Amino acid sequence: MHFRPWAAAALLLLSVPAWADDRSGAKSQVEFGIKVAQSGLWKEARYRWEKAVELDPTYAQAWNNLAIAYEHEGKFDEARKAYEKALELDPKNLLIRQNYDLFKEINDRTQKRRGDR
Amino acid sequence: MIAPRNAAAIASLAVLCGSLACTNFYEIPIETPIQPKMDVSSFNRVLVAGFIGGGTDDVDANLETVRLLRSQLRSKSNLRVIEAEVLPLVDMARDQSKPQAVPTDAAPAGSDAPAPVPALAAPGETAKPAETAKPDEARIRGEKDLERYQGIFADVAFWKKIGEEYQNPLIVTGTVLFTPYQSNSFVTRNVESYDSLGRRIVTPVRTYMERRGFILSPNFIFIDGRTGTQLHSEKMREEILYTSQQNVPALSSYFELMDRMIPSFLSTLSTQRIRGTRVLLK
Repeated sequence: MHFRPWAAAALLLLSVPAWADDRSGAKSQVEFGIKVAQSGLWKEARYRWEKAVELDPTYAQAWNNLAIAYEHEGKFDEARKAYEKALELDPKNLLIRQNYDLFKEINDRTQKRRGDR
Repeated sequence: MIAPRNAAAIASLAVLCGSLACTNFYEIPIETPIQPKMDVSSFNRVLVAGFIGGGTDDVDANLETVRLLRSQLRSKSNLRVIEAEVLPLVDMARDQSKPQAVPTDAAPAGSDAPAPVPALAAPGETAKPAETAKPDEARIRGEKDLERYQGIFADVAFWKKIGEEYQNPLIVTGTVLFTPYQSNSFVTRNVESYDSLGRRIVTPVRTYMERRGFILSPNFIFIDGRTGTQLHSEKMREEILYTSQQNVPALSSYFELMDRMIPSFLSTLSTQRIRGTRVLLK
């Protein structure tokens, strides 16, 4: 009976470095993505942010950046999903909210145009 | 109560926190592509055929609109613009409506040999109306007069024939009304003044003004040159008013109003990019 809490603690200790590794790997992908996006290499940036969310699906900032990359490529459905994921993970982040609001404004206009066709 | 030293410490901490947070976000300009309203991928070429123009006699709405749209499409779309004679659509529509008129199918398009489209008018150059003086009942002054001519846009055989003549392009046609407009009403203006201490004071003042200007209301119709059927239509309206002291030529007003509509017209046919900024996060 006494073994179980110890086992759980050991398991937790072992899993923390793995989680930390995922986040640090994702973080370096995000940082590199930002650098290349600033140089205008959006495809490379998107690839990096896709990698980041693959490594750490709970990384709200990476989802936000990925949404921006999709938006820049005109992939509105993917962008919306990525923004919504970012907001789901970090609902109080005002910068993500602001990006999403700006995106929605353009997206709504596009939807209206499609409706007009 | 917080002591001044504590307050300063809190303020500097806030600044530090703010500056640390700054390193975690980056504002970046982006260009969001907006797909055109119409799918024109199956067309390589566009023919701005001509318009049923009306309104003032000072501007030949048909000729000027054709020149302007061709020039804009040449520089801002991927479609090749066909340089052809401007169709005198009013005359063609009038002929169609006559019972003794020759069927449009038999009449080769543009066979009336209208004047070829010259290069875009130089600034300040006045446009000469393409047609000579018309009888008053034939003149198009307003929306009601235009209704008589609308049938031509539904004439599939007519447009198919024109399409065949120019190897099946996308055809742009429609109606353009450029009418004088007068508005006498109270207008609120901000009047600037300075008080005894030299401070600037802005006071809203309502004044009665007589203003004159123009209304430009085109209806752009896009026709498939392969089938002669209508693909899309876009109705727009813009107006401009000037005070009685301003003496602006009709042609200048026409171009000013058209300038406002051109982005919307182009977005029907080609991808437009919306510039903005987003925030990347670490």
